[in-house]
Amino acid sequence: MFYGVELSSRVLLGTARYPSPKLLVEAIKASGAEVVTVSLRREAGPESSGARGGQSFWSIIRSLGVRVLPNTAGCHSVKEAVTTAHIAREMFDTPWIKLEVIRDDETLQPDVFGLVEAARVLVEEGFEVFPYTTEDLAVADRLVEAGCRVLMPWGAPIGSARGLNNVYGLKALRAHFPDIPLVVDAGLGVPSHAAAAMELGYDAVLLNTAVAEAGDPVAMAKAFALAIEAGRMAFAAKPLEPRDMAVPSTPVLGKAALGD
Amino acid sequence: MRIYVNGDQREIEPATLALALGALGYGGKKVATALNGRFVPAPARAATQLSDGDKIEVVAPMQGG
Repeated sequence: MFYGVELSSRVLLGTARYPSPKLLVEAIKASGAEVVTVSLRREAGPESSGARGGQSFWSIIRSLGVRVLPNTAGCHSVKEAVTTAHIAREMFDTPWIKLEVIRDDETLQPDVFGLVEAARVLVEEGFEVFPYTTEDLAVADRLVEAGCRVLMPWGAPIGSARGLNNVYGLKALRAHFPDIPLVVDAGLGVPSHAAAAMELGYDAVLLNTAVAEAGDPVAMAKAFALAIEAGRMAFAAKPLEPRDMAVPSTPVLGKAALGD
Repeated sequence: MRIYVNGDQREIEPATLALALGALGYGGKKVATALNGRFVPAPARAATQLSDGDKIEVVAPMQGG
């Protein structure tokens, strides 16, 4: 449930870097995603061909009937991110915004100070903010204080396929915010990463590169969907806590005395 | 007068943002606009007079993660 919107799928899917529009459409369908992320970029003038243009992309997304979550990808300042959010609200007719304020170009690590500031501004203007953040608990607390009702900590740097870099931190975040929807956004590589996030009790995962740049994006989208469902089911089934010593699963009591 | 559209220098007759968009071939397209770093809502384009040296951004929906 994001800002009062009930969804049945726990997959949020990015729309970038697919080999073709056809594979994008099929991957979205295979993932079962009801929310896809989109962005804003300069529109080429009439002299350019429309093949990669925004107009045809938009008609594809609209035809799928999915909800869109516009991002502020590539924004490095609060002003830039806030202005991008204003533009996105008009363009996509939604108060939802995936807020990214990036500090470091190598790791695409969020500028959490700018993020909190931009979140505060946008919440006051009526936006429903999905902040792309780190697993830092204090920052998350500030974001919630600013009015965010969803948190999207990274698993690992965007596009890195490393999985969950700090399981302990993500676990702590879940424990600290039992009632805030939490989404692992970025850094996942394979379905087991997504299953692990769901087993921690996360509400959803946001994927893009792991699906789009797989050898078979459609099959990978389906594989992630299954893993996410399995992970969620496992979380609900209350997994066993790891322990240091062996515990025999076969009953010891009643074992026949067959030794010397 | 000289303006900048998505970073490219263009020569246009003095106009409003709405008229300039039409003249530049963006008429009828799903685009959003910013003028000198500030968002200009679509309904405000007709009343937004451009000045020499203005920087216009014209953006459209695009793939994103």
